[in-house]
Amino acid sequence: MASSSRAQQFLPPALVFIGVIALWELLVRALNIPQFLLPAPSAILGALAETFSLVMSSALYTFRSALIGFLIGCSAGALVALATARWTAAREGLMPLAIAINSVPILAFAPIMNNWFGTVNPASKIAIVALITFFPMMINMVRGLTLVEPAKLELMRSYATTEFDVLAKVRLPNALPYLFNALKICSTLSVIGAVVGEYFGGPRDTLGVYILQEAKLFRFDNAWAAIIIAALLGIVFYLIIITLERIAIPWHASNEK
Amino acid sequence: MFIGWMPTTDHKSPTLNFSMANPVVSLKNVNKIFGTAEKPTTVALKDINLDIQPREFISLIGPSGCGKSTLLRAIGDLLPVSAGEVTVNDKSAREARMGREYGMVFQAPVLFEWRTIAKNVELPLEIMGVPKAERATKSREMLKLVELHGFERHYPWQLSGGMQQRVAIARALAFRPQLLLMDEPFGALDEITRERMNAELLRIWQETQTTVVFVTHSIPEAVFLSTRVVVMSARPGRITEIIPIDLPYPRSVETRETSRFFDLVTAVREGLRKGEKMREK
Repeated sequence: MASSSRAQQFLPPALVFIGVIALWELLVRALNIPQFLLPAPSAILGALAETFSLVMSSALYTFRSALIGFLIGCSAGALVALATARWTAAREGLMPLAIAINSVPILAFAPIMNNWFGTVNPASKIAIVALITFFPMMINMVRGLTLVEPAKLELMRSYATTEFDVLAKVRLPNALPYLFNALKICSTLSVIGAVVGEYFGGPRDTLGVYILQEAKLFRFDNAWAAIIIAALLGIVFYLIIITLERIAIPWHASNEK
Repeated sequence: MFIGWMPTTDHKSPTLNFSMANPVVSLKNVNKIFGTAEKPTTVALKDINLDIQPREFISLIGPSGCGKSTLLRAIGDLLPVSAGEVTVNDKSAREARMGREYGMVFQAPVLFEWRTIAKNVELPLEIMGVPKAERATKSREMLKLVELHGFERHYPWQLSGGMQQRVAIARALAFRPQLLLMDEPFGALDEITRERMNAELLRIWQETQTTVVFVTHSIPEAVFLSTRVVVMSARPGRITEIIPIDLPYPRSVETRETSRFFDLVTAVREGLRKGEKMREK
């Protein structure tokens, strides 16, 4: 029964996906759309097969920047949240600021980062990714650590617990769903940050620089092939986080069903 | 047979057949004012005097805003009082809390979603540093007591509201406190489940020989459960009457159908009405 309901769950989106691709192929051929405007899926797939090893090595380089930036930004965000959750005054000062900065297009800082760390130095991309992921993580974690059911705190008080026990047994577990929420947001943001960061310049064999260069040379099928790999990168990263979430907080994932 | 009780400065309250051993809970001229001393906004509790003897089952009943939950929290040292003295087992409320001398049950089950049922029951034991094997034995024993054995490895969301509340009771009793503070624990349950839970609570109370302070706004519930019903009135929150309940234990569904039960329900209702009238004056 479980497998049939699972099939029912995945069948509609799969059919839509195949339908869109087929329609795309059909329209490009029927309307004779020029390759530089929109290559047919078959042409993109052909280009991907031809350039696969180069695109993949570029993708791995880009992913490495994304991952390192993600790890730095997320852990810093979580640590700052932990510190501010303890001190109400610090939190009240920081949170509005964090929310304000979070709505700033941080990618606009990419040229500044290139200036600070060097265009071809991966540190400039890592910095952008770390900046982009820091604030969602911090904001979510502060919420998770502080939005605790008051009766839970009262219960802990009735047990005459230490502050540490309240943190370890109430606040941190309470924050886990918020943490994974932030990780999901940050996983996609980190790939966006790395690729778009590379549009502002970077080493040759990176996804962003490659897409930009192929587009400039009117090799749009190659550009599209690389874009598809970038998309897959983001999706795979997101799926990894979801899998981790299922393992780490089964009580929450099952709760949602 | 009723021993009338009016709020006076005399804190000695009538007791039924209980020995005059040291009271488990003793409240002397307890006052609680919200707001500042210069600008009091609400007088939540005014001159509360009450002694609760060992093994008593005391219900606090009254309209919302009469301070019954506030009084319960004052006993548990979850809320400081403005004036007066709260003693639990001859100690200050704070010392009693630090010594973990009472178990608390709230209106919501307040279970930790991330813990299994067994782990929820073990929470206080974990905090108190009880070894793992002993914790597991205790939680199994407690879940048996509330008739939830077999649910150890379930998560809270897999249980119904009534079952969740039973887990909360098991958790409150896990470390064998002599005093159980209950804040409208069955308020969110439907009538049928509530009556079943009432009967179960009485059985647990008798098996564990604890003293219970129980906040409710259901008159039949208060009469069915209690050795004494403490009637309170609102603004300012004070005790207007204490009604001893002389129905014999063990009580069952049949108890609810006796004429004495109805008499006592009427007596509590009249007590509540009297409180209303006092307020109007």
